[in-house]
Amino acid sequence: MNWIADLGAKTLQYVAGLGRAGRFFAALTGACLIALSRFSLVVKQLYSVGVLTLLIILVSGLFVGMVLGLQGYYTLVSFGAESSLGLVVALSLTRELGPVLSALLFAGRAGSALTAEIGLMKATQQLDAMEMMATDPLPIVIAPRFLAGFIALPLLTAIFTSIGVIGGYLIGVQQLGLDSGVYWAAMQEGVDFYDDIINGVIKSLVFGLVVTFIAVYQGYFATPTSEGVSRATTRTVVNASLSVLGLDYVLTALMFGEI
Amino acid sequence: MSETNQNQAHLIQVDKLVFGYGERLIFNNIDMVIPRGKISVIMGPSGCGKSTMLKFFGGSLRPQAGKVRFDGISVPDLKREQLFQLRKRMGMMFQSNALLTDISVFENVAFPLREHTDMSDSLIHQLVLIKLEMVGLRGARDLMPAELSGGMARRVALARAIALDPDLVMYDEPFTGLDPISMGVAIKLIKKLNDALGITSVVVTHDVKEGASIADYIYLLGDGTVVGHGAPEQMLSSSNDQVHQFMNGLPDGPVAFHYPARAIRDDLLGDQQ
Repeated sequence: MNWIADLGAKTLQYVAGLGRAGRFFAALTGACLIALSRFSLVVKQLYSVGVLTLLIILVSGLFVGMVLGLQGYYTLVSFGAESSLGLVVALSLTRELGPVLSALLFAGRAGSALTAEIGLMKATQQLDAMEMMATDPLPIVIAPRFLAGFIALPLLTAIFTSIGVIGGYLIGVQQLGLDSGVYWAAMQEGVDFYDDIINGVIKSLVFGLVVTFIAVYQGYFATPTSEGVSRATTRTVVNASLSVLGLDYVLTALMFGEI
Repeated sequence: MSETNQNQAHLIQVDKLVFGYGERLIFNNIDMVIPRGKISVIMGPSGCGKSTMLKFFGGSLRPQAGKVRFDGISVPDLKREQLFQLRKRMGMMFQSNALLTDISVFENVAFPLREHTDMSDSLIHQLVLIKLEMVGLRGARDLMPAELSGGMARRVALARAIALDPDLVMYDEPFTGLDPISMGVAIKLIKKLNDALGITSVVVTHDVKEGASIADYIYLLGDGTVVGHGAPEQMLSSSNDQVHQFMNGLPDGPVAFHYPARAIRDDLLGDQQ
């Protein structure tokens, strides 16, 4: 009968965790309003969350675009359809690869850093110290980081997608000899602003919210020891990546499916 | 608040405080008073909960039974807003110093002033420099916390703790991990600030010599209760076994050297019998 008790305990734990996350989210939303009035704090975080993630986004975006160009061209050319290369590259990037890969890279680079930073602030009693100085750490420490992540990811996604399109151009046009006009014209013809671009932006907004929330939540509730912080950092990357991939399916089904 | 006028001599009063985590009782019926304007030292072996005591003064923990009063105000009954108001009258120096690592020494000391006052930048600038001068670190204002030595970081934490001119300053293990010179500086500063600013000080430590040298009054905790209390001379010459063992650092006594175990003969020969 022990397994029933175990199952019950696990379920209770899980539900309690959900409740805690829900309350934390509500408190964080309120704190964000205060943080918006002290925007310099957000700008500071935008630098460490956004600008410092730029390099990995640029390099990855370029290579993903180049691979798409190469694979797309060799597949399309056997059907005599290489003129659609621009469309294939652009649609793959705006609909799926841009938002998803950016979010995964963002979780690995910025999300883990956010968790570790907040967890260490907790472990070194900096958050306690703020509480003792009669200052709520939520609007000063947590909310600016959350807002910065939420703002940064859609912008990084746009950069990833753009550089990816350029990567596809470099390979398809410069290296494999497709006509430059054909590459761009197919894209201009086939990519719809609302169906493709806006839906991609919505995806990246959702991912930004989820990844950053998981990161700050794990940091804020990390066990305040070096071991606890390292486990929280791992959980951020794992949970955020799985959430991104799972949510991507749900969002894709809602946006492009015939439901 | 009608009790504000009572016990003017005591800033903090703890009555029959009971607290525990789960099954484990940390405090069992603790009574304690912290006299105004004096340095009270709370001592005890590691893990006896002496640092936890400070959390009751600051209201971050609530007792399971009993009362904690700060200047007549019942701390556990306060709502978060009221608690924050009260905490502006307290300064705390953490064992890890807890300096905010992403801002400079100057900004760390300025932090409480910027958060809680409407002072102009120039006024804050002057006040921060005065506080830093008190701890001898006016010249270190532009350093980042990571660039400070342990002793310096502790002094910055002290300057920050007194930034708002509090009624009470709490020191959590202020002597731990300091070299002898820094230790001497810390002792002198705590004494000097207490006398010069007329603040009430509570020092939590297990360093008997240093603690006794600055204490006006000592509380010794152990096994969840107050084992003994009194002026330093009384404590050092106490005939109580537990107090005597702790104050003189004897390896064996009421606090046993051996962790509870079955008889050594059984343990060593048990498997062969």
